[in-house]
Amino acid sequence: MSGSVKENYFGQTHRTVITPPKGWLSLDLKELWAYRELLSLLVWRDVSVRYKQSVVGIGWAVIQPVMTMIIFSLIFGRFAGLPSEGIPYPVFTYCALLPWNYFARSLGDSSDSLVGSANLVTKVYFPRLILPLSKVFAGLIDFAIAFVILLLLMVWYRVTPTAGVLLLPIFLLIAMISALGIGLWLTALNVKYRDVKFVVPFLTQFWMYASPVAYSATIVPEQWRWLYALNPMVGVIEGFRWALLGKAAPDFAMMAISLSIVVVFFVTGLFYFKRMEQQFADII
Amino acid sequence: MSETVIKVENLGKKYRLGQDHSNLLSERLGNALRNVTRCLSGNNLSTLPPHVLQERDFWALKDVSFEVKRGEVVGIIGRNGAGKSTLLKILSRITAPTVGKVEMFGRVASLLEVGTGFHPELTGRENIFLNGAILGMSKVEIQRRFDEIVAFAEVEKFLDTPVKRYSSGMYVRLAFAVAAHLEPEILVVDEVLAVGDMQFQKKCLGKMESVARFGRTVLFVSHNMASIKKLCSKVMYLKEGRLVAEGATNNIVGEYLGEYFSSISGTVLPDTMHRVHSPLQIRRIEFINSLGQEVAAFEYGEEILLRLILEITETVRNVRVGIGLVAEGLRITTVHTPAIKAIMPSKAFPVICRISQDVLLPNYYTVQLGAHDAETGRGLDWVPDAAIFQVLDVATRSMNEIDEKETGFFRLDPHWEWGEEIDSGKDAVR
Repeated sequence: MSGSVKENYFGQTHRTVITPPKGWLSLDLKELWAYRELLSLLVWRDVSVRYKQSVVGIGWAVIQPVMTMIIFSLIFGRFAGLPSEGIPYPVFTYCALLPWNYFARSLGDSSDSLVGSANLVTKVYFPRLILPLSKVFAGLIDFAIAFVILLLLMVWYRVTPTAGVLLLPIFLLIAMISALGIGLWLTALNVKYRDVKFVVPFLTQFWMYASPVAYSATIVPEQWRWLYALNPMVGVIEGFRWALLGKAAPDFAMMAISLSIVVVFFVTGLFYFKRMEQQFADII
Repeated sequence: MSETVIKVENLGKKYRLGQDHSNLLSERLGNALRNVTRCLSGNNLSTLPPHVLQERDFWALKDVSFEVKRGEVVGIIGRNGAGKSTLLKILSRITAPTVGKVEMFGRVASLLEVGTGFHPELTGRENIFLNGAILGMSKVEIQRRFDEIVAFAEVEKFLDTPVKRYSSGMYVRLAFAVAAHLEPEILVVDEVLAVGDMQFQKKCLGKMESVARFGRTVLFVSHNMASIKKLCSKVMYLKEGRLVAEGATNNIVGEYLGEYFSSISGTVLPDTMHRVHSPLQIRRIEFINSLGQEVAAFEYGEEILLRLILEITETVRNVRVGIGLVAEGLRITTVHTPAIKAIMPSKAFPVICRISQDVLLPNYYTVQLGAHDAETGRGLDWVPDAAIFQVLDVATRSMNEIDEKETGFFRLDPHWEWGEEIDSGKDAVR
């Protein structure tokens, strides 16, 4: 929305101006900041509602990745005998499942964030960016719970993290921004084209096999690495393994490619989202 | 007190009707493909049903300018589709205008619905915070007013119960209570009062009045002329997206109702998008009182006569004509004629419906009209918002003082029985 709000809390009145949208719009981070309380409430709502009325409750945040880990360990680790660079396969794959599950879920939830909250979008004003943002934050809770299991696994298999563990938040941040950047595109497109809701499950499934979740990135032939690095989750997952399991450091050139792709998606997604923002309520 | 707080200049909102609403890519591709094949085969466009062709611009709001001063309570009235909701949506920043400019001075809160963002799984307490934040209250503000909100909603005992277990009455009360405790300088309200029971509606009206008394500015949309009259000092009348009149409440409401009622007899029912091309069109509706006069309002207890005038372009068979009555947003009843065997082409074929005395209680009633083929069920015509008539209370001749003993829409004449009765005047020996 092109309205701008000047907020002066000291006796002066707020002034709201509403005009038709013109061209590219500014981000208005100040306004976003003013709505931080709503953002935190929406995150809290998603988290507290997610496991309501289920017997296992928050346990699902653990069961899902652990079951996947067991299946992968059996099929890819034991039967297919995929190399895991000297790291016990269960830890090797679980360490990748963590950021991957977080990314896949955040991507799916943020793609659905506008249409799923159509009742809010058509009845109340707030910066729409809050909706996909809240989904990306809400996913962090499940991530944190599943992370505890990883620590237990590491103790069990006697794997010690390297000093690189300090960089872990950065890799997580890259996963967040990747999910948000693509989520912004998809959620805005979803408002107009409901095809998106069919694309997303397929996309994430395909994407998982294009990421080194069940296997090591080193099995990709050298000459194709640059292409492989276009997938930002490659950098994130390799980063996780490096930081936590002491696997060889990720290739800087590959990281650079991953990062630039993330930035491109995020910036263009943001612009597309802002551009479509004024139409959301009319066409949703 | 004469400071301008809302200033609207040449506001307009354009929508595109028709094909643009297809939300699946394949539909759009399909449409495009159909257009191409149609061009190639030289097919005439008119073979398609009319709604497919109606891609055109539609101004929901046009050239609207007005100013509102601090502390004014302004009602916005108009028929459905007059642009009231669009105006509110622009003022609430939910949708952007196509042209024009709005300036508002002061904290704005808008209430287009009660309970927006309520989550069924969350408790009453949690929803108060969530809904408050969605409406723009800060956490501190909500905490400060929490007890007041709970008391207003009368849900103390159920605060920690998920709202999905609430009765619909409790749900609405809680939702409205949060909204009622917003403290903006400018409040924009859609017809949210048309919820809840009579008792609670009165409480809400009271709350709105006190809001206004504190010098806050209120913009209020309603179909309920009684609440408009009660609350608003000034009224704006929107018609087909334009602001046609603005001024003192009684004058404008009178003008609106007058026009509404005269449109019943004077002008034909408008061709809306809903109407199908069919050999039968309901052209007019007239309300006739017991003296045979055409009126806009009936006195309670009087026989109500509705006369419909149909235009028949080719012989139609087995026609059933129906009338639906809507009051306070609810379709309260529908009645149909038996199947009329055949009607020859005619410019003015009358259908008369008499509603016997004192069945309808004092209220406003919106009339919906329709006709369908009794054999196939095919709709022949449908006018959802044809007209409004009023049933007046004989004693007070107004809507404001309905006898508490008989509220609602219908008067039932029940047969009562009760247990052994003791006349307290005589000795009631135990």
